[in-house]
Amino acid sequence: MTEPVLQTIGLTRRFGAMVASDDVSLDLRAGEIHAIIGPNGAGKSTLINQICGELRPDSGAVRIAGQDVTRLDTAARARLGLARTFQISALVMEDTVLQNAMLGALGAGGRPWRFWRPVLADPDLRARAEAALDRVGLLPQRGTRVSDLSHGQRRQLEVAVALTLEPRAFVMDEPMAGLGAEGSKALTGFLDGLREEAPILLVEHDMDAVFALADRISVLVYGRVIASGPVEDIRSNPDVRHAYLGTGS
Amino acid sequence: MIRERHLNIGLLAGLLAVALWAMLADQPFTITLATRAVILALAAAGLNIALGIGGLVSLGHAAFFGLGGYVMGVLAYHAQTYTPLELGPFSIAGTKSMPLIWLAAICVSGLAALVIGLLSLRTSGVYFIMITLAFGQMFYYFAISWSAYGGEDGLSIYVRNGFPGLNTLVPIQFFGICYVILCLVLYLHARLARSPFGLALNAARQAPVRVLTVGLDPTRLKLVAFVLSGAITGLAGALFADLYRFVSPTMFSWQMSGELIVLIILGGVARLCGPVVGAVVFVMLEHLLGGLTDFWHVWLGVILLLIVLFARGGLIGMVSGRAVAHD
Ligand SMILES: Nc1ncnc2c1ncn2[C@@H]1O[C@H](COP(=O)(O)OP(=O)(O)OP(=O)(O)O)[C@@H](O)[C@H]1O
Ligand SMILES: [Mg+2]
Repeated sequence: MTEPVLQTIGLTRRFGAMVASDDVSLDLRAGEIHAIIGPNGAGKSTLINQICGELRPDSGAVRIAGQDVTRLDTAARARLGLARTFQISALVMEDTVLQNAMLGALGAGGRPWRFWRPVLADPDLRARAEAALDRVGLLPQRGTRVSDLSHGQRRQLEVAVALTLEPRAFVMDEPMAGLGAEGSKALTGFLDGLREEAPILLVEHDMDAVFALADRISVLVYGRVIASGPVEDIRSNPDVRHAYLGTGS
Repeated sequence: MIRERHLNIGLLAGLLAVALWAMLADQPFTITLATRAVILALAAAGLNIALGIGGLVSLGHAAFFGLGGYVMGVLAYHAQTYTPLELGPFSIAGTKSMPLIWLAAICVSGLAALVIGLLSLRTSGVYFIMITLAFGQMFYYFAISWSAYGGEDGLSIYVRNGFPGLNTLVPIQFFGICYVILCLVLYLHARLARSPFGLALNAARQAPVRVLTVGLDPTRLKLVAFVLSGAITGLAGALFADLYRFVSPTMFSWQMSGELIVLIILGGVARLCGPVVGAVVFVMLEHLLGGLTDFWHVWLGVILLLIVLFARGGLIGMVSGRAVAHD
């Protein structure tokens, strides 16, 4: 069996008396979309923060392609090929769309210690940044400041910056949040094709998107994985229907 | 609205014109004032890299300004007394050569910025302000008690240091030296702001999490900015001491650090010529109002308050609007 691209082993994290992550073990394999669902406050973002290095687990481990990265910081994990998008956009607000994408390309190239030539005139970085913007349909807005973008466009830019990293795995925290029906559908189509390039660990509330995209689903409730498996199993799992989808639905 | 680029060129040209006019009108004191403004602008331009682009509110930049001043004072003192400077196992001859003094000032203050930055950048926000302030005060009290070099009274140099091919005692020539250095540093700042490093540093100020997620280390970016910043302010300190042929612990005072921040806020934070506008306005107020009243700082405070409340882009922002995005 091949090594999972991304793996968590028994991740546990407490905030005071509350267990926000309770012995979470899951993995992400090449070519798949693995969705994580769960009610508000279930610990989805907390889990992602531990995977990406913003938060240290109390116990457990994170592996990227078999390598233990539990002690590495966010930047080191990004360099190992983890690209994250945030639930609440974390972009450089005063910079333009292109500058934000260029930052991703700069990080991916790993050569920020250049003090003289204008970064926007660097043909390699620029090609990489513009290609990513083009894929999410933001190229026409490249000169716009992020602070002047609509909410939906910021979500697109989050994805574009992740694309510039050409990562080994994507970790996306509610990329559809606040996109509206039209936007969600477009992004769903896009992510569908993206899994070929790199697998996606997808936290999402939009059930239509999850059922349309996921190869596997894990259900998180009170920090604990109560069910994990192929879409059909989860859809028909009584515990899940009770705890999350609501018994009536 | 005037384009910022044109405004900058106009400003620098105007400053040069004032000095040249003063030379023709035989007003050496005005040249000295202009030189003072240029040197303060240079010191603030150094701070502007850390504070403007990197968002590092350092209340300890007087440490670098003073270090530059003392490097010049100590080297010149040993040159004029014909005694070597004993540094542990090393024995260094003093010097009256400006380029050598500048090099030493840049190295010493850059090194100090590296050490102070390494320790201070573990914190942020108010703690960063306080810890840089504390380092500044350490240097201040050290200078006061350093009796070998004048202690509280400071250290006087008999003759201004020399620059090959120029007579630095002629006010306009010394002005010219300072002016050229200021222009070079501003050019460096302009390049830096658009460079890959500038992009990353600017992002590290606004969204450090984003910088981490693309695999870069915001703290390291800020540290490099802090070192560059300290080195430039140190160079300004050496020139400042040379202007008055005098160096004293007041160069290390926290008021000095505060003044540098004030200059930047007056002119416009992160604006290329913000420090120049700030320094010119500051020196003018100091000279014009300072002659009328001892309380001229009150008026400075009022202006500062108005700017913070109503013109966040400083005086440059008032004239040329929001900073344009690079393309
Ligand atoms: N830094 C923190 N300190 C204390 N409690 C926290 C912290 N971060 C998260 N929590 C708590 O941990 C629980 C899980 O939060 P988390 O943000 O991971 O949930 P989530 O599943 O992402 O929710 P949502 O669907 O609303 O995004 C919540 O009860 C939250 O209040
Ligand atoms: Mg969340």
